[in-house]
This record gives sequence, C-alpha cells and structure tokens, in this order.
Amino acid sequence: MSTMTDTNPTDVPQSILKSPKHWRNRIAGHHWRTGDEEFDAAKLGMWLFLTTEVLLFAGIFCGYAVFRMMYPEAWANGSHYLDWRFGAANTAVLLLSSWTAANAVRCAQLDKQFWLRVNIIITIVCAALFIFIKLKFEYMVKLGEGKAPGTFFSYPYAQDPHEPLWWSLYYIGTGIHAAHVIIGAALFGVVLYYAKRYQAYGPTQYTLVENAALYWHLVDLVWIFLFPLLYLIH
Amino acid sequence: MSTLDAHAGHHEEGSYLSGPPGIMAKIWQWATTVDHKKIGVMYLFAVLFMFFVGGMAALLVRYELIDPMRDVMVQTVDANGDLVETTATQGENLKDLFQGLGMAGDLTGTQIYNRAFTLHGAVMVFMFIVPSIPASLGNFFLPVMLGAKDVAFPRLNLLSWYIYLFGSTFGILSILMGGVDTGWTFYTPYSTTTDADHWRVVLMVTAAFILGFSSILTGLNFVVTVHKLRAPGMGWFDMPLFIWAVYATSIIQVLATPVIGITLLLLIFERIMNIGIFDPAMGGDPVLYQHFFWFYSHPVVYVMILPAMGIISELLAVHARKHIFGYRAIAFSSLGIAGVSFLVWGHHIFTAMGELAAVLFSGLTFLVAIPTAIKVFNWIATLYKGSIVLNTPMCYGLMFLFTFSIGGLTGLPLATLATDLHLHDSYFVVAHFHYVMMGGTVIAFLGGIHHWWPKMFGKMYSEPGALIGMALVFIGFNVTFFTQFFLGTQGMPRRYANYVDEFQFLHQISTYGSWILGLGMFVHLAVFIHSLVAGEKAPANPWGGLTLEWECESPPIEHNFHHEPIVKHGPYDFETTVPPHWDPKDYPIHPDAGKATH
Ligand code: HEM
Ligand SMILES: [Cu+2]
Repeated sequence: MSTMTDTNPTDVPQSILKSPKHWRNRIAGHHWRTGDEEFDAAKLGMWLFLTTEVLLFAGIFCGYAVFRMMYPEAWANGSHYLDWRFGAANTAVLLLSSWTAANAVRCAQLDKQFWLRVNIIITIVCAALFIFIKLKFEYMVKLGEGKAPGTFFSYPYAQDPHEPLWWSLYYIGTGIHAAHVIIGAALFGVVLYYAKRYQAYGPTQYTLVENAALYWHLVDLVWIFLFPLLYLIH
Repeated sequence: MSTLDAHAGHHEEGSYLSGPPGIMAKIWQWATTVDHKKIGVMYLFAVLFMFFVGGMAALLVRYELIDPMRDVMVQTVDANGDLVETTATQGENLKDLFQGLGMAGDLTGTQIYNRAFTLHGAVMVFMFIVPSIPASLGNFFLPVMLGAKDVAFPRLNLLSWYIYLFGSTFGILSILMGGVDTGWTFYTPYSTTTDADHWRVVLMVTAAFILGFSSILTGLNFVVTVHKLRAPGMGWFDMPLFIWAVYATSIIQVLATPVIGITLLLLIFERIMNIGIFDPAMGGDPVLYQHFFWFYSHPVVYVMILPAMGIISELLAVHARKHIFGYRAIAFSSLGIAGVSFLVWGHHIFTAMGELAAVLFSGLTFLVAIPTAIKVFNWIATLYKGSIVLNTPMCYGLMFLFTFSIGGLTGLPLATLATDLHLHDSYFVVAHFHYVMMGGTVIAFLGGIHHWWPKMFGKMYSEPGALIGMALVFIGFNVTFFTQFFLGTQGMPRRYANYVDEFQFLHQISTYGSWILGLGMFVHLAVFIHSLVAGEKAPANPWGGLTLEWECESPPIEHNFHHEPIVKHGPYDFETTVPPHWDPKDYPIHPDAGKATH
C-alpha cells in the first residue's frame, strides 16, 4: 500500500472515527507482521481466485469452440438471431462500470469518502442496468419466441437441427456470466455499506475495494470475450 | 492436556487443545475456530470417517465378488409329492444381505452391486482422498513448518471446512436415498438418463461440485501462505519437502478444480433441463464430457499422490537420520509432475480419439514417470547408510517405496497404446490405481499420521500395536490387489458383479485379503483410541526431527511458537546441526534455540 496521503480527520464524525472498523483504526491479523503483507497476500489470493474463474469460463469457451467446429451452420445462424446493438450497449455499460470501479479504488487511496461512494453506486447501477437489458430485451424476447435451450427449444423457423445446442451454450455462457455480475454487484454492496457506515476504506486500508474491483474487471473481461464470440462472429 | 508448560516463560499460553470449561462452550469454540490446527484435526476425523464409509462399501464390493452369480437348478417336492425343478440364482450376496436387512427393495443383485462400487469410488475420491492429506496434515503442519502462526486466510480456511461438510452432506443424503449407479466418473449419457425420476444422481453430482470449492479454497490459501508467511531466514530451498509437495498440490487444485466445476454444472443442467451438450441424441458430445472430466481427474490423481510423496520425504529423512538426498531434484520433480499432469488426461480415453492424439498422449504420459522415478531413486539414496529406525512411520515409508513403485510401473503398460487396448477397463487398471492410491496415498497418510500423532495430540501411540496393524495392512493390501493384476491380464473386466468360473479362485483370495486389510485398519483405530485415552505424554521432539514443528511443544500452543522462529539450518541438516555425540532427540540443543529472537 504505497499511497499514504496525510488526510485530515477533523470533519469525520466522532462515532465513526472511534469505530474499530474505521480505516485509521484497522490492524493487521495477528499472524501478519505488517498490514502491507496482509494486503499483498489478499491480493495474491484474489488473483489466484480469478485464475479459477478464467478456467471455469474456459470450459464454456471450449464447448463453444468444439460445437462451432462440429456445427458451423447452426453457429452462424445463432449469431444472426442476436442483435449486436444490445450486446454493444451492455459492453458499454460494463466498460463504464469498470472505470468507476477503478475510480473507487483511487478514491479510497486518497480518502475521498464521498466520491468513493458515488463511484461504487454507479458501478452497482451499471450492474443492474446490464442485467435489465439482458433480461428485458434479450432473454424474455428470445424465450418468448421459443429460442430456448436444449429440449425446450420450440422456435418454428429454425434452419439447422443443431440450433438448440447453440442456445444452450448461449444461455449457459451468458447466464453464468450474469450470475457473476450479480455476485460482483453484491460484493460492491457490502463495500458500500462499510464505506458509508464506518468509512472503513482509506489510504492505509482498502483491501476489499481493491479485490472487489479486481473481480469486477474480470467479469468485464469475460464479457469482452463473450460479446464478439456470440454476437459478432458469423 | 490443558496444563501449561512450565518452561513456557512469560508467555502463559495453553495448548491449542485446551478450551473453555463446559461441553457446549468447547463445541462452540471448535465450531467457530479459525485456528489451522483445530481445523486440521476436524478435517482429520472427517476424512477418516469418510474412509470408514468408503471402506465399508469396499468390503461390500469384495463380498459380492467372492463367488460368481450362477443360475442353478433347484429340486423341490411339491404338494403332490412330485419332484419339481426350478431355476434360482445363487451368489447374489449383496442382494441376500440387504434382503435380510429389509433394504433391498426391488433392486436386482447387479443393481445393488453397481451402487456399492459407485458409493465406494465417489466417497473415496471426492470425500476422502482429495482432501485427505492436504486438508488434515497440511492444514495442521504447513503453517507450523513455515514458522507461521496460521495460514494466510484463517477465516477462508474455516469456510472451506464448512463447504466440505456441506458438500459431504449432499453426498450422504444421496446415499441415504438409495445411492447412485453411475460409477464415480459420472459418464454421460448414462449419468443423465439413469434413475430418471430421482434426485439422487443430481445430489451426488452437486456434492462433488460443492466439494470442489472447498478444495479450491484450501489450495488457494496454501499457495498464498507459502508465498507470504515463511519465517525470517527461510528461503524457498529451506522449506521442508512436505511443504514443496503441498505447494505443488495446491497449484493443481487451484488450476484443475474449476474445470470439473463447470463440467459438473453442465451435467446438472443436462440432467434437469436437457440442454443437450453431452447428449448424442441432440447432437451433443459425450466424449467432450470425458475430456472435461479427465482434464480435472487426471491432475487430481497428483493432488492425491504429491502430498503423500511429501510425507515420505519427511519420514525417510527423519527416521533414517540422514540428510535427504537430492533435495532440489525432489522439490522440482513435484513441480514437474504438477506441470505434466495437465497434459496427459487423454490416456483415460485412448479409444475415443484419433491415432495421432493417442500417440501424443501416450508419449506425454511416459513423461510423468520420469519425475516420479527421480523421487523414488532419491528416497532410496537417502536411506543408504542411514541409521534406520524400524518404527511404524519408517515401516510405512518403506512400504510406500515398495507398493507405490509397483503402482507407478504398472502405469507404463497402461500408457502403452498396444497393451492398453487389452488392459483398459480391466482389473489391471483397478489394481494399478489401488497400488498408487491405496499403496501410495493411504500408506503415506497412515505413516504421516503416526509420525505426527505425538505432535498433534501430545500423546505417544503404542509402537508394537501400530506395527501389528502395519503388518496386517501390508499383507492384506497386497493379497487384495496383487491378485487383481492377474485377473485383469486374464480378461476380467472392471465394474461387473458376475464373472466366469475360472476367475473365482483369484477373486476369493482378493476378498480374503480385503478382510485382513480391514482388520489392520481396526487395529490402527484401536491403537489411536488407546493413545488418546491412556497414551504416554509425548516429548516435544520424539523422533529428533529438525523441521520447525518439532520446536513447538507437543501439542503446540495456540499460536504455535512462543517467539517467531528464525531459521538457522536446513530441514534435514542432521549431520551438521546435531553434533555426533548428541542424541538428535535433544534438539533444540540450546534450550533457547529457535526462540532466541523476535
Ligand atoms: C507413474 C505414473 C502413472 C502412469 C504412467 C499412469 C497411467 C495410467 C493410465 C494410462 C491409466 C488409464 C488406464 C485405462 O483406463 O486403460 C491410468 C488409470 C488410473 N490411474 Fe494412473 N498412472 C500413473 C500414476 C497414477 C497415480 C499416482 C494415481 C493416483 C494416486 C493414479 C490413479 C489412477 C486412476 C484412479 C486410474 C483409473 C481411473 C478410472 O478409470 O476410474 N495413477 N493410469
Ligand atoms: Cu490419468
């Protein structure tokens, strides 16, 4: 934790300033020599966790590649059914939220408590917007037309017998990704709560903000791969 | 056990086993503990319980196989006094057993058998052997051997324990609801269609899925601990080899488990929503499932064996009082095995791929044997001219060298395409993997438990008792499984309840062996219970080991060390650290050694 800005605590309410959860009062776990070591460890742990997430999605991408090779027709048709504009809108939403997530970390480092909260709130709103677009304009519409996964598929104008498989992969890939969006938003919700209630994050203590942001960037990154693979490549 | 050590000086801290008075308070303390030692001990008992459950299922499997199922003519006299001939099936041992207990329902003998071996495999793999050494001995000793007070993320550690319990509950539930018959491999499309109107398969697959998270979190925790919490003065090459092994294991756990996670998730979706990805009827690909499955499940066999290899390095060096031979070779071969293990999964499905791919996978599989053999040769060189003490841990170490070598070498004919065509899915494979998993992992685990028992519980165990158990395990194990190599080469396929008469003799011997093996395990259990109840108090360093855990008290205090230890010698420097006229047991030589500085 290199950023050690000397900030002025005078305008912080006493109740918050005295709380053991306030960033100035937080101490490292008993088994760490310094808070810096603890921070480094938490970050390394997060990176390892992100590796597992990448491998989880690797399974889906691998399935996508295999079936794309087996049934190129079905895959080409599949991406025609998707409207790239919704995908692009969601890409923009996620990119914006990644930017605010990174800002949140910076604000914590600089002890800008108000802007920390604003950035987190924008991130969470973006997450909600993403899910809303996905559900309202894509899932609901597609499912209404019978473009459902596997045996639930009932779209009458399918041109290739393997289109149900395409939809299976579409729903699994985007569905598991959407679950990650929700988990990430919930994580930011926790961060927001502690930031508001205790001002728990500041120049010497912002581990959770940093890790939540790392997680969020991964969620963003996965979408950056899903978007062209599903919407753009024919 | 709660007395404070008189020499503890000004740190009046009790043993980690001492707790608040009152049984409820104690239970609460253990249930909410973040102490890696308590979590390790809880894992130890949990995995041993699972070993018991899986072991009972194994005895059932062997019981069925003691004779083949035969349709025989039965002559009876009917009401008119005439002789009637009817056919009846004999040798459905499990069915008779469960009917006697009123539990057979309308299942046939072979259906019960299928459930028994699936239960055995799934419990042993997912609930016993994968978590076994890392989660129990690893949790307890990794931080201590590094000179740390705890793992990097103690609360994550507790979470991982509860996830393990949660996942196991699903497994047990599935078993109580009647069990599954898919085999531990859950191959599709059978696993997605069998037992269609029941939740049992979904529950069992969910169990494996959840247990994966526990495994990931433990692995992640250990990797970070090794990176960040080594005591001052402990460089990477001053770490005990057990740590190197657990480190390599953890990397595999982190990198391989997510893949089985997504695979099992897809399997669950497939089963409850028919998404079709693995269903050939819808254009899906069951072989894709097998690739996914083995991409995890081959590396995971090294999750099973690497920690065992780590234990063996400790056992042989300490009980032969010799510097380990080829420290770096052993350390790097652990990493080498971890790396290569990701490239060989195809050897489980040679017949499901093209010739070129099969040849490549075969070649890569041979590569694994190299780092493995490097280790074995180094261990043997370690023993050379050592002062070998034939106690239980050492005997298990020697047994490992013998049985694991058989297991490893029989992997080679399986990796050879031409011979595997004959041996695949036969009892030869069964014998091979039992020689590595039981003869490797379980044997090393038993050796490790004896080695560290005095440290963990502060009590010595009865050496003669344990040696008897050890001998029974050795004999029982070899009688059970060596016969299966012959059965396999003669053509006995795996996973069948029935067989031609020629095989009966070998099958019978194998079943008798399993009884000896079971008896040996119960002897060990008795010795452990006796030790806990009436064992002699253990000294801090009963074996004269030089790794840091032997500088703690037995059992260790809550925070392991009175002062942060400073590492001044290598983990195996018996020759240079301990002067010749000193008994290594007297180490630490100076009463303040290891607690001199902050
Ligand atoms: C020396 C290195 C090893 C080699 C070359 C090797 C090779 C093989 C091969 C080729 C197979 C597939 C046989 C078939 O199905 O036809 C196999 C199966 C198996 N091996 Fe190994 N193996 C080695 C070490 C191990 C270790 C250390 C373990 C576990 C601790 C292990 C556990 C298994 C298991 C569980 C199976 C069977 C899985 C199943 O089908 O249910 N192997 N081995
Ligand atoms: Cu394998």
